[in-house]
Amino acid sequence: MSLIHDTFARAKADNRAVLIGYLPAGFPSRDGAIECLLAMIDGGVDIVEIGLPYSDPVMDGPTIQAAVDISLNGGTKIPDVIDTVRAVAQSGAPVLVMSYWNPIERFGIEKFTTELASAGGVGVITPDLTPEEASAWLTTTDSHDMDRVFLVALSSTNERIATVANVTTGFVYAGAVMGVTGARTNLSDAVKDLVARVRPHTDLPVAVGLGVSTPEQAHDIAQFADGVIVGSAFVTAINNGGAAAARELAVKLSAGLGRS
Amino acid sequence: MTTLEELLGPDASGHFGPFGGRFVPEALMAALDELDDAFRKALVDPGFTAQLNDLQVNYTGRPSPITQVDRFSEHAGGATILLKREDLNHTGSHKINNVLGQALLTKRMGKTRVIAETGAGQHGVATATAAALLGLDCVVYMGEEDTKRQALNVARMKLLGAQVIPVTTGSRTLKDAINEAMRDWVANVDSTHYLLGTVAGPAPFPEMVREFHRIIGVESREQMLKRFGRLPDAVVACVGGGSNAIGIFHAFIPDTEVKLIGMEAGGDGVETGRHASTISAGAIGVLHGTRSYILQDEDGQTIESHSISAGLDYPGVGPEHAWLHHTGRASYRPVTDSQAMEAFGLLCRTEGIIPAIETAHALYGALQVGHELGEGALILVNCSGRGDKDVETAARWFGLDDKS
Repeated sequence: MSLIHDTFARAKADNRAVLIGYLPAGFPSRDGAIECLLAMIDGGVDIVEIGLPYSDPVMDGPTIQAAVDISLNGGTKIPDVIDTVRAVAQSGAPVLVMSYWNPIERFGIEKFTTELASAGGVGVITPDLTPEEASAWLTTTDSHDMDRVFLVALSSTNERIATVANVTTGFVYAGAVMGVTGARTNLSDAVKDLVARVRPHTDLPVAVGLGVSTPEQAHDIAQFADGVIVGSAFVTAINNGGAAAARELAVKLSAGLGRS
Repeated sequence: MTTLEELLGPDASGHFGPFGGRFVPEALMAALDELDDAFRKALVDPGFTAQLNDLQVNYTGRPSPITQVDRFSEHAGGATILLKREDLNHTGSHKINNVLGQALLTKRMGKTRVIAETGAGQHGVATATAAALLGLDCVVYMGEEDTKRQALNVARMKLLGAQVIPVTTGSRTLKDAINEAMRDWVANVDSTHYLLGTVAGPAPFPEMVREFHRIIGVESREQMLKRFGRLPDAVVACVGGGSNAIGIFHAFIPDTEVKLIGMEAGGDGVETGRHASTISAGAIGVLHGTRSYILQDEDGQTIESHSISAGLDYPGVGPEHAWLHHTGRASYRPVTDSQAMEAFGLLCRTEGIIPAIETAHALYGALQVGHELGEGALILVNCSGRGDKDVETAARWFGLDDKS
């Protein structure tokens, strides 16, 4: 089975959720991103999501938008993202890329998947690709054994959850809030219900992200989900204290992921 | 061979051939399904169509007339130019047609708030107007750059009770206003309808916005037959996102002898890279929820567009235009800033009509097409908007302001 599968299986055996950490490639710089991602893994991040910076990130709030702007202004190109994957994958942690759809389509679906696989990347999260538009993507990822993660939302009907669960591999990404990325003070109980609604449709692990930033929130989510996804909080930590702060946040977040 | 049904599109899944579809966060899928359902039920509900028709006649002032512009036509190589006067609609452009339809749908869906993006401010003003009329809360996102270019329309929106939020991300123009509106919509989709102003975005928007603007072409076709005893040889319109162009083109699509020609914003000239000629010089890609032609680099990053006209300054175009181009039923060409302003000045001086700068692109195109078709040709132009909002820009262009 896949590296992602093994990581979730190990965590389950330890009676804890996995910690998934996001950072855009090229933020705060090309090498800085690699340093920070390795520090996050060192601090306890189990699975890494490397963001492919995009000019029109409609799912992202101000924190990640600003990080992406820094990356794009620094000249980050798709080959730089692939290089970042290669450097981080050497740590042994599973590395996924999170990308809006147009850069992948423009670069070439086959070329992108081939290059990502050869760099050691194991999966891709596509937040604005719906299963209905994904037929070429399903074929290509299948042929490369590349995991492809789709999202479910609080607003998803059970029919749509079934549609998404049917095409997703690796894990199902459940959005904790209706809205863009970025820290939230309060997360509603609705996401617990969403995770419960996903379960009947798949045996895949379910990870919860969007708005999750604190160890308390991570702890709460770990009680009902298989993974906790944190992005903006890592960006903020790096803005304030660089790789050391990112590592420290990973330590704090991962400490609370055990199930009581 | 493309059938007429395919040409008129879209198919059941919201595609125009290879274009269109839905590329959106899953969080929006339920809202798009709800909208699609409400739209299809409304179209066949006599109560809805009667209400919309009443507003079109008694509020907007439809049907809009066709004006034969003889003095302007003297510069058109012997052709006769006719203007479909959407500039005479309430709020001063074609935008009101779509806005009234979608605002009524918002009420039917039980939502209380509309959000909109705007470039030139025409769609923002129209949305603020409909929101005032129907008692909806209204927030308009507008690129900071555009709030400066179109200050008059910002004031109009505020007078109508809308909140105008200047967008300071990216290029600070229409594309970024759409990004912000989508972010707002994802977060507030329970209470809010995104009243998209053009024939772009995820399905069902391109089809729905077209259906509310189709009346432009339907009226024009009848008016032509009644008054001139024949259809025009060509129909010309400016294309940014493409709503006024689809509105006037659609009823003529089956009339294969009628040329359909869209004029894109050529900015400083396509060869300079500073333009908004998406079909003429772009490539196929996905932007703002739909597949169409877009301006993008080799990594799929959107390239900023440039045009003197805020309403055409957009690096994408509606998927139906991509399809009409792909099938050859319509053709598209760029018109530069200076060419558009030349036609703008000419219409002012020969006909006493101050057009929107967007519309001026179509007017230049009509002169060009007139020279190609020659003596006796009838060319119908969608006079999509009036130019009050552009007076400052035009005065500066022609050196008529005190400051220069």
